[in-house]
Amino acid sequence: MDLSASLIPGPDYMGLTATIILWPLGTALFLLLFGKRLSTFKVGGREIPWAGVIAVLTLLRSFVAAVAMFVDIVGVELAEGAVGHGGANVENARTFTVHMFDWMQVGGFAVGADFLIDQLSVVLALVVTGVGTLIALYSIGYMHHDPRFHRYFAYLSLFASAMLMLIFGDNLLVTFVGWEGVGLCSYLLIGFWFERPAAATAAKKAFIVNRIGDFSFLLGMFLLVAAVGSLKIEDINAAASGGQISGGIATIAALLLFGGAVGKSAQIPLYVWLPDAMEGPTPASALIHAATMVTAGVYMVARMGPVFLASEGDLALTVVAWVGALTALWAALIACTEYDIKRVLAYSTVSQLGYMFLANGLGAFSGGIFHLITHAFFKALMFMGAGSVMHALANETDMRKMGGLRKVMPITGATFLLGWLAISGIVPFAGFWSKDAILAAAWEQGEYALWGIGLFTALLTAYYMSRLYLRVFEGPLKHDPDVHPHESPWTMWVPLAVLGGLSVVGGAINLPWDLRLEHFLTPVLGEFEVPHGATAWILAGVALCVAVSGIALARFLFLTQRGAELRARLVTGSWLDKLLTASRNKFKVDEVYEATIQRPGHRFAMFSAYKVDAKGIDGVVNGAGALVAWLSDGVRRLQSGYVRNYAALFLLGVVVLLSALILRVGPLG
Amino acid sequence: MSEVPPGFYLALAGLMFTIGAVGALVRRNAIVIFMFVELMLNAVNLAFVTFARMRGNLDGQVLVFFVLVVAAAEVVVGLAIIVSIFRRRASADVDDVNLLKW
Amino acid sequence: MTLEMVVFGVTFVVALGSSLAMVFARNAVHAALFLVIAQVALAVTFLLQGAYFVAALQIIVYAGAIMVLFLFVIMLLGVDKRDALIEPLPAQRPLAVGLGALLAAEVIYIVFKGIDLVGDAGGEAITALNRDPGNVLAVARVLFSRYLLPFEATSILLVVAVVGVMVLTRRISDVADLQTPEDLPAGAPVKEIAV
Repeated sequence: MDLSASLIPGPDYMGLTATIILWPLGTALFLLLFGKRLSTFKVGGREIPWAGVIAVLTLLRSFVAAVAMFVDIVGVELAEGAVGHGGANVENARTFTVHMFDWMQVGGFAVGADFLIDQLSVVLALVVTGVGTLIALYSIGYMHHDPRFHRYFAYLSLFASAMLMLIFGDNLLVTFVGWEGVGLCSYLLIGFWFERPAAATAAKKAFIVNRIGDFSFLLGMFLLVAAVGSLKIEDINAAASGGQISGGIATIAALLLFGGAVGKSAQIPLYVWLPDAMEGPTPASALIHAATMVTAGVYMVARMGPVFLASEGDLALTVVAWVGALTALWAALIACTEYDIKRVLAYSTVSQLGYMFLANGLGAFSGGIFHLITHAFFKALMFMGAGSVMHALANETDMRKMGGLRKVMPITGATFLLGWLAISGIVPFAGFWSKDAILAAAWEQGEYALWGIGLFTALLTAYYMSRLYLRVFEGPLKHDPDVHPHESPWTMWVPLAVLGGLSVVGGAINLPWDLRLEHFLTPVLGEFEVPHGATAWILAGVALCVAVSGIALARFLFLTQRGAELRARLVTGSWLDKLLTASRNKFKVDEVYEATIQRPGHRFAMFSAYKVDAKGIDGVVNGAGALVAWLSDGVRRLQSGYVRNYAALFLLGVVVLLSALILRVGPLG
Repeated sequence: MSEVPPGFYLALAGLMFTIGAVGALVRRNAIVIFMFVELMLNAVNLAFVTFARMRGNLDGQVLVFFVLVVAAAEVVVGLAIIVSIFRRRASADVDDVNLLKW
Repeated sequence: MTLEMVVFGVTFVVALGSSLAMVFARNAVHAALFLVIAQVALAVTFLLQGAYFVAALQIIVYAGAIMVLFLFVIMLLGVDKRDALIEPLPAQRPLAVGLGALLAAEVIYIVFKGIDLVGDAGGEAITALNRDPGNVLAVARVLFSRYLLPFEATSILLVVAVVGVMVLTRRISDVADLQTPEDLPAGAPVKEIAV
């Protein structure tokens, strides 16, 4: 015990936090200001721009700092017996608050630029910096032809900084700064190729839809300030679990915070921006719209867990669970018919985020975080694999023009295979463990409806991911004859390989041993019940069977002759055809939003601009001017130019003053 | 010598002042207007002298002296202006000089 | 009914009468002469109240010097003809008379209200001063002690007035060319007028 404590150097959490957050920020500023002047250098006949190298090294630096922090925390935990010996010891768990400076002090209400280092934030920082480093490395290869190369890496670094600020925020305001920062970077990266109208529109859409959620988040913060008097997460959670917030207030606050999460994490009804966000560069989609930013909502809900738990009759948690489950199912249904490779992955992301919220809604916060981490691995992997495919096929995204690519792109194909098996839930890949944990938690709590939805979604997931994989990598080659696909350069396949490895073994972090993820996070997130013994094995077996049947169904439909015939024979007008058509049209949600919100909003704006503003407000303003002019026209006649008029007014003044003197009114009285 | 109450003198001063004011308003000849101003100043002088008597000291009488000096200076300058205007416009009517307006 | 009362009554009537006559005199010279009468009447009231030196000044400076200046200017300008008594400004006369009536009423009201507030020391103090050391000497003592600084200031005022008059009435060589802008044909350059 003493030995392990002495081996670990005294934690310089201030320095580590500053390194993790501020280095990417500094890099972003540097690249924005000077990135254009940076040159390139050659490695193995390939031009590699310095801007990318700087960004990768910065993120690597942050990753190393995060690892140091993690090792330190684990060491302290082990030394103090907070974990290990078959369970977590909440009392001995340690968290650290890094106080950078006082941000604002208004009366008794103080907010500091404080950062919270605990088990949860460190784990997520590892994911963000680790995956971020890999994606930045990948981006060097993927973006090397782009004229705005340096700007891309500046945004990427800025994103990393903001995301880390979000994670480490000790109070909701610091978290909110990061929250808005990642939103901004998301906007900038979706609209990175702003010459394309689709990209510019998608960026605006993402920004505006996110703004709805952010507004809700802000309202939640206001309510919590009013109820608790502090924005410090620890204070709020302590007040919530200590019963100082009434159940009703807690419900409203929790639902408002969840509203923010719904926007950021693309849940029903605000999920519509994420598929469109695929207009951005693919590595950015991998990092922001799959692995990290969109999971911020999951993280936030887990972080504010006590507020949700304090809700009256578990209403908030029930809402979270059902929104998550329905989103998972809804997005999976759309993903089944989508032909754009990136959009399939986007809907898949929405669906998987739904799983995470389902876990949160069941109170299984660490289960949600577990799925968040494994999902970050395999979804980032698949996005980058899709990017690799697009790279090879001259930016083709239509799956109907792909096929058999495993032969020409062996590494991409192999790593994508790993990701596919992971998300489908095949043992022992990462996705199996985390998804199984969520479904098991649902079963254990008797939420059989949620469990059923989750299981059916798992079937759909296995089906549509298999459809994607089989269409792209198996079967005959279908691409245009004048395109010559090739394996990607090492900067692109090395990250793929690393993430592929993590997709395989990532589930191991929650295998039953002392320092497993759940135990590690227990001091922050609490524990949740999972079934034991035979039930656990049966549930896992059922999930596995479902996954296998989904894959088998896809294999039958897309790789066998009879399947192809079956698809061709699909009767037009049958219920299945109607369902598929509706799914292909994304259930017309965008159209409904346009009709119910966008068009009335536009009409209202036009009315405001041309009626209220041009006639009403301008009328008042111009009317005030006209009134003054009219009055002046009358008053100026006093200024007649006749001296005797002035003298008469003079006399009038004297008379008035004397009258006041006599009547004793005014100052003379 | 104090049989006439001072109020009568002050009333006389007030009436003369009023006549001077009204005259200055109704007459148009600049020189005549000036004369009414002089009349008003004289009325004020009467008030000063009466105040001196009422208070039993000579400050009021001394003030008359100052009013006199100011009136003299004013008359000199005022008449010079009238002469100057008359040279240009051949008129002493104040209503003819009304350009300084909106 | 003492002699003093009689004298005051006569003076009162003369002063007010000549003032009113000024208002109605259509000839500026007549107005000036009525003003002289009013000033002489005022000098009598000064005498009645023991202000001998001021009464003398009133006659010499006002009725003498200043009124001569007035008459001189009237003659110089050649306006010794009758003024037109038409009123081009509407409402000016009723306004003037109305305001004047109000003013007179208010002043008299204040006078008779205010005398009780201020109190009357009576004329005895002045009478005593006139007996010893004499009116002129007493006025001089006050003027050259308490009012020395204002007295010196009046000398500056007079100098300024003299200089001002010289500047105002200086003849400019091409004064004949000077015209008001209204008289000039459109577009003609307006000459800068010295002074």
